[in-house]
Amino acid sequence: MKKSVFLGALTVAGVTAGVAAAGTLDDVKARGTLNCGVTTGLIGFAAPDANGVWDGFDVGVCRAVAAAVLGDANAVEFVPTTGKTRFTALASGEIDMLARNTTWTFSRDVDLKFEFVGINYYDGQGFMVPKALGVSSAKELDGATVCIQTGTTTELNLADFFRKNNISYEPVPIETNAEGQQLYLAGACDTYTTDASGLAATRAAFENPADHVVLPEIISKEPLGPLVRHGDNEWADVVRWTLNALIAAEELGVTSANVADMAATAGDNPEINRLLGTEGNLGEQLGLSADWATKAIMVGGNYGELFEGNIGENTPIGLARGLNAQWTDGGLLYTPPFR
Amino acid sequence: MSDTHAHSVAFVRTETIPQMAPPSSASGPIAWMRENLFATWANALLTVSALYVIYLLITATLPWILNGIWNTDSLAECREALEGQVGACFSVLTERWNQLLFGFQYPSDQYWRPGLAFVLLFFAAAPVLFFDLPRKLLIMTAIYPFIAYWLIWGGTIWIPIFAALGFVAGYFVFDRFGKSNFAAGFFGGVAAAFAVWILSGYVTPALTPETPFLEAVQSRDMGGFMLNMILGVVCVSLSVPLGIALALGRQSSMPLIKWICVVFIEFVRGVPLITLLFVANVVLAYFLPPGTTFDLILRVIIMITMFASAYIAEVIRGGLAALPKGQYEAADSLGLDYPQAMRLIILPQALKISIPGIVNVAVGLFKDTTLVSVISMFDLVGMIRGPILASTDWNGVYWELFSFAAILFFVVCYGISQYSQWLERRLATDHR
Repeated sequence: MKKSVFLGALTVAGVTAGVAAAGTLDDVKARGTLNCGVTTGLIGFAAPDANGVWDGFDVGVCRAVAAAVLGDANAVEFVPTTGKTRFTALASGEIDMLARNTTWTFSRDVDLKFEFVGINYYDGQGFMVPKALGVSSAKELDGATVCIQTGTTTELNLADFFRKNNISYEPVPIETNAEGQQLYLAGACDTYTTDASGLAATRAAFENPADHVVLPEIISKEPLGPLVRHGDNEWADVVRWTLNALIAAEELGVTSANVADMAATAGDNPEINRLLGTEGNLGEQLGLSADWATKAIMVGGNYGELFEGNIGENTPIGLARGLNAQWTDGGLLYTPPFR
Repeated sequence: MSDTHAHSVAFVRTETIPQMAPPSSASGPIAWMRENLFATWANALLTVSALYVIYLLITATLPWILNGIWNTDSLAECREALEGQVGACFSVLTERWNQLLFGFQYPSDQYWRPGLAFVLLFFAAAPVLFFDLPRKLLIMTAIYPFIAYWLIWGGTIWIPIFAALGFVAGYFVFDRFGKSNFAAGFFGGVAAAFAVWILSGYVTPALTPETPFLEAVQSRDMGGFMLNMILGVVCVSLSVPLGIALALGRQSSMPLIKWICVVFIEFVRGVPLITLLFVANVVLAYFLPPGTTFDLILRVIIMITMFASAYIAEVIRGGLAALPKGQYEAADSLGLDYPQAMRLIILPQALKISIPGIVNVAVGLFKDTTLVSVISMFDLVGMIRGPILASTDWNGVYWELFSFAAILFFVVCYGISQYSQWLERRLATDHR
C-alpha cells in the first residue's frame, strides 16, 4: 500500500521536475490554489476556528493574494509551519509565499535568499506590569525582576535597553510564553517582556486583564511581513502590490462595503480608478485581471478593516494602531503610489 | 480423669461452644489497619502524612473538577459563568473534541470512517494478541491494513486493492520458488510485487471514478489523536518484524548482512528521533524536485519505524544472548535448518524474554509520536499547542486540555502494559 504511493510520488516527481522552472504565478494559476505558509497558531494572526476555517491577520493577506490571482479567497491551501520549518518550506517550493509574522532582517533577506515584499505589522518588544506596581514607564523599572525568554533576540534587546538607561534588572529565565504567563501571574517577576503583540494577546487571556498594563516603551524593531523566494520578481510584485493595494485602499477610503460601487464605474479620484482597474492597465502589467485589487479588497476589506477585525481594539487582543496607522495619521504605513 | 464421676464435679459442659468471630484485634478492618498501616510508629507517621497529602490533593482538585463548566463557547464566558469561583472550563473539550480527536481539517461528516477503522482495529489485533483465538481470524488481520487505509484516506478503492494484489503476487512467487532456494524466492517475490504495483500505477487512474465512493482526504488533513494512533499502530507493527530481522542479521555469520545491520542499528540509535523527523520533513524537501508531494505521513512513518526497529533489534538481541548456547546446539543436533531452528526453538524463547523490553519501546514510541507537532503536524499535542490555544476563544486554557491528552495517552499505554503482563503470565512455562 505504502510502496505504491511511494512509486506514484516518484513518477509525479519526474513529471513535475520540468514544470517547476516556470514562474510561480503561472504555477499558482495552473494549480488553481495558492500554497500559503502560516503559523501553526498565533492568536489573532492565524488560527483555525471551531470549524477548521483559517482566520486571522496574516491569513487575511493570504486570502487577498489568492483573490487577486485566482479570484477566489478560498482557493488557498494553508500550510502550517513552525519557526523551525518555515524557511525550508519556502525555499523548497512547498509554499508559494510565507505570511507568518516573520521579522524582516538583513540576514533573512540576503543570506537566506528571500524577498520580503513589505511590512504588514510593525511590532516591537514591550513590557507588561501589574497595575498595582504603579509604574508608568519602563525607565522606572530599576532593580525589577524581568521574565524573559532565553535564547531570543528579546534577551539581547533587554540587556541593551537597561544598559543604555543605566538601570539594573534581575532576569528570570523562562522557556515558553505559557511558562512566562504562569510565572508572571504567580508574581515571580515584576514585569514580563516580549513582542508587544504577544504581550497584548497574553494579557487578553488573563482572568482580569484590566489589572495589568503594557508600558508605552517599545525597545526594538520587529517589522513583520510576508516573503517569497528570491529570483521570481513577477511573483514578488504580485504579492507586494496586493499588500500595497490593501494599505492604499484604507488611505483612499475604499472599504469592503463601498468597493463594489466604486469599481462599477470610474469615479473622480484617478488613483482609486487606477487601483480598482476602471482606468489604466495596472492589472495587466502584473499579469492579472483588471479588477485584481477589487477582488483582494472585497475579501476582508482594506488593511484597516483586517486590523480591526482580527487584532484591533474591539477584539479580545485589543491592539492599538500605533505605528501601524497610516502615515496621514502619524503611523508608518506609506505605500508607493498606484501609477 | 477416668476415676472422677459426673456427680462429683461441679460443672460439666454438655454441648460445644458456638463458634465465635475472632476478636477485632486479630481480624477485620481494625486488625488489617494495625498490621498494614500502623504497625510501627514510623509506619503510623507515614500513613498519617500520606493521608494528609491525599486530602490536600483532593481538596485542591475536586472542587475544580466538580465545579467544571461544560457548556460555554469561550474562556471569557466560562469565567463569567464561574463568577470568580474555582472551576475548570471543560467546555473547551465539548466544543473542540472533534479537533482533538481528528484534527481540524478532517471533514466532519466523515468522522465515522476513522471511528470504524478504530473499532475494526480491535478485531484485527485480537488474533495476533490472543493466540487462543481461532487461527482463521488472521485473515482479518491480513486485510485490515488495506481496509483501514481505504477508510481513513478514502479515494478510489483500487489503490488498496492493487497494493494487496502486489503482496499476494509476491507471496505466490515466494511460495513457488522459496522452498528450493530462499534467495530466489525472496527476491522474485519482491520483484513480482513491484511489477504489480508499477502496472497498477498505469491502470489505477483509468479506473478511478470522478467521485469515489469515499471522499478522498489528504494526508495533511489528518490530525488529532487519530494521527497519534495511526503513527503508533503502524510503526509498532512494522518495527517488531523489522527489529527481529535486524537482530538476527546482526548475529549472522555473513559479513555483509552483519555489517549492514550493525551500521543501520548503530547509526539510527545514535541520532535523536527529532533529528530524523526534521530530515523527513525538511531535508528531504530539498532533495525532491519542487512541487513533489511525497506524502508527509509516509515520510514520518518511515523515520519512526527505522528508529523503533533499531531499538527493538537491540532488545531482541538481548533476548537471543540470554539463551544458553545449548539451545542452539540442540536445534542443530535435531537436524533443523536455520529458519526452522529460529522459528521453532530460538525465537519463541528469545521473544518471551524480550517482552518487557519490546513493550517498553512500544510505549515510548507511542508517546514519542507527539514529537511530530514540532514539524508542524497537528497531532493531539500539536492541536492543543497550535490552533486551540491560539484561538481567541480559548487562549489561556492549559490544565483542561493537557489533562485530557494525558488521560487518552494513559489509557492506551496502561492497556499495552496490562496486556504485556498477561502475556508474560500466559507464557510462563518454566518453574521459578
